[in-house]
Amino acid sequence: MVPKADFQSYYGRPIVRPPVWTHDIAIYLFTGGLAAGSALIAAGGQASKDPVLRVAGRGTALAALGASAFFLIKDLGRPDRFHHMLRVAKPTSPMSMGTWLLSFFGGAAGVAAAAEVAPFLPERGLLGVARKVLPPVGAAAGYGAAALAPGLATYTAVLFADTAVPSWNAAYPDLPFMFAGSALASGAGVGLIAAPGRPMRRMAVAGAAIELAAGHRVEHGHGLLSEPYRNGRPGKLLKAARVLTAVGAVGAVVGRRSRVVSALAGVSLLAGSVLTRFGVFEGGVESAKDPRYTVIPQREGLNKAGGRKVSGPSPS
Amino acid sequence: MESNSLYGPLDPAPEAGYTDAPPRMGFFTDTSVCIGCKACEVACKTWNAVPDDGFDLLGHSYDNTGGLTANSWRHVAFIEQPRSSSGASTDTPGAFAGLPVGPSSVPATNVIAAQTSADTGTSPGILPAVDALSAAATAGSEFLGAAPSGGCGSGGCGSSSGGSSSGGGAQMLGMPMTDLPGRVNEAPRSDFRWLMMSNVCKHCTHAGCLDVCPTGALFRTEFGTVVVQDDICNGCGYCISGCPYGVIDRRDDDGRAWKCTLCYDRIGDGLMPACATACPTESIQFGELDELRERAARRVETLQAQGVAEARLYGNDPSDGVGGDGAFFLLLDEPEVYGLPPDPHVPTRDVVSMWKKAGLAALTMAATAVVAFAGRRK
Ligand code: SF4
Ligand code: SF4
Repeated sequence: MVPKADFQSYYGRPIVRPPVWTHDIAIYLFTGGLAAGSALIAAGGQASKDPVLRVAGRGTALAALGASAFFLIKDLGRPDRFHHMLRVAKPTSPMSMGTWLLSFFGGAAGVAAAAEVAPFLPERGLLGVARKVLPPVGAAAGYGAAALAPGLATYTAVLFADTAVPSWNAAYPDLPFMFAGSALASGAGVGLIAAPGRPMRRMAVAGAAIELAAGHRVEHGHGLLSEPYRNGRPGKLLKAARVLTAVGAVGAVVGRRSRVVSALAGVSLLAGSVLTRFGVFEGGVESAKDPRYTVIPQREGLNKAGGRKVSGPSPS
Repeated sequence: MESNSLYGPLDPAPEAGYTDAPPRMGFFTDTSVCIGCKACEVACKTWNAVPDDGFDLLGHSYDNTGGLTANSWRHVAFIEQPRSSSGASTDTPGAFAGLPVGPSSVPATNVIAAQTSADTGTSPGILPAVDALSAAATAGSEFLGAAPSGGCGSGGCGSSSGGSSSGGGAQMLGMPMTDLPGRVNEAPRSDFRWLMMSNVCKHCTHAGCLDVCPTGALFRTEFGTVVVQDDICNGCGYCISGCPYGVIDRRDDDGRAWKCTLCYDRIGDGLMPACATACPTESIQFGELDELRERAARRVETLQAQGVAEARLYGNDPSDGVGGDGAFFLLLDEPEVYGLPPDPHVPTRDVVSMWKKAGLAALTMAATAVVAFAGRRK
């Protein structure tokens, strides 16, 4: 009459709910990572006395941060109540932790970027004082932002993993590395466009390598729950992301004598990072829409344990 | 079993900081006596002023609600299965004399039903099936490829390879039968059973929705239940992905998350929740959770002694992945048939390891940046 299914469900409808989040959140993953990566290159530029890298990093960090806040607030059901996030600080809620992290990072990155206007201020009067005070304050803020940056880039992995969305939850050991690599690669992308040099090439290659290695585990290491990352649209997105990231890393190295090739490599890394975030986002959404990914892994666990619940504390 | 505040058995109200908390209150929903009257759905809507959830025809048997949403806090599931209950076969000679005969069209109509969509005024609301063909198995494990019997169920062969079903009935793929069951001669009348279950928020001991809520809008009451404060919720939607049961949902018009409150306003005044009050068969029982758990254990024993071998409890075990449900069930088939996850766990069970991994990744990231800039000469 009809082909046989390999699991049971209620009329094939989803069991866990697919996220209510739109692509705004996928974009936020990218802009948040970009802000983090840029804050790192800005601090590197500061430390290595490379003003071009510093200015580009600080500027990009602030812009990406502004975009992050915009997309996060836009995605709320009640944007006017954004500040309710700041009522509590809850370690079990990565979104709560992330909001605080983003707020502190935003303050630091904002001050660091503002310090860049110092040279344009008049030499006398109140603004003259600012002209003197801003650079050291900006330097401290820049390092502060860089210290928070890795947290900003990786908490989003916990944000996704700490859900009932099957493929996000299962990939929790690998997602933070994938996102860290992606953030490094996007920061290096900005650097390769603005001020290519050895540090940016190293960062591009290392970031891409981390992203690709962790991405491989996300896409292959979790049995049935890796499947949504390989099939359909998410699969295409992640495949394209892989190619762009690899091309960017190779381009950064082989094009080191050419400004143009370096900049193109940077663009490729940035594009790769965008697609990585969209791919991971959509993979999770697909895994929640199809009850197969909720039922089969849980059922297999039950069957292995002879019908006893196995969902208690994890062994680790 | 080892436990801490993130998983394992515990009493949630004292854990949340209440001193002198009243006993934990909950629901025991005994689906074996549910008659599918939907009085609970109606009573809930009336008392809690829950908006309409669209007037949709889903084709899920008598279920046109589709599931729990922000606009449906009780949902009566209906499952038709062309098989007998182990306790009560309808296979009595002559029982169907003069009535239509023929194979059941239920698996095929389930496939159609799976593709209907509902506009509930909420998001994500009730989504159509990604793989509608899998819906056939709602009709019973006979329609599973891995069914232990390996052959035809009483409702006909679920074969995709062109094998004919017993009565030579419709061989349509994903289409309802083109003939009435009674028009097909010499086909055996199939057994048939109807499962009904009033679903509700589980008021988990470890509630994913509450754990991940970044505003504190979701909170634990003194009765151990889980409630959203509508003046705090900013509609971030995190709870929706945090719930391992797919319960909580967001209203499109007001942007906030809504779900069952276990009638927080009624139970504080010593009243029963509206649904339990309205239920005419005592399928929904409200009371102290400890007492309900004992009552449920006795009920399963009785049913099994009467020959209903498939009777089982769901969500009653405090050592399961959510620390036990405040609202638990007696079911007559596998949980997934009712749209319940077979062995759910609260995502925050692993949140400590998640943060550790993220910390490690963050350190890797910082170290990479330092190394990249190390030894720079210009
Ligand atoms: S996690 Fe889901 S089932 Fe549990 S209390 Fe929250 S909404 Fe209810
Ligand atoms: S949507 Fe509302 S109740 Fe749900 S997690 Fe966000 S703030 Fe909390």
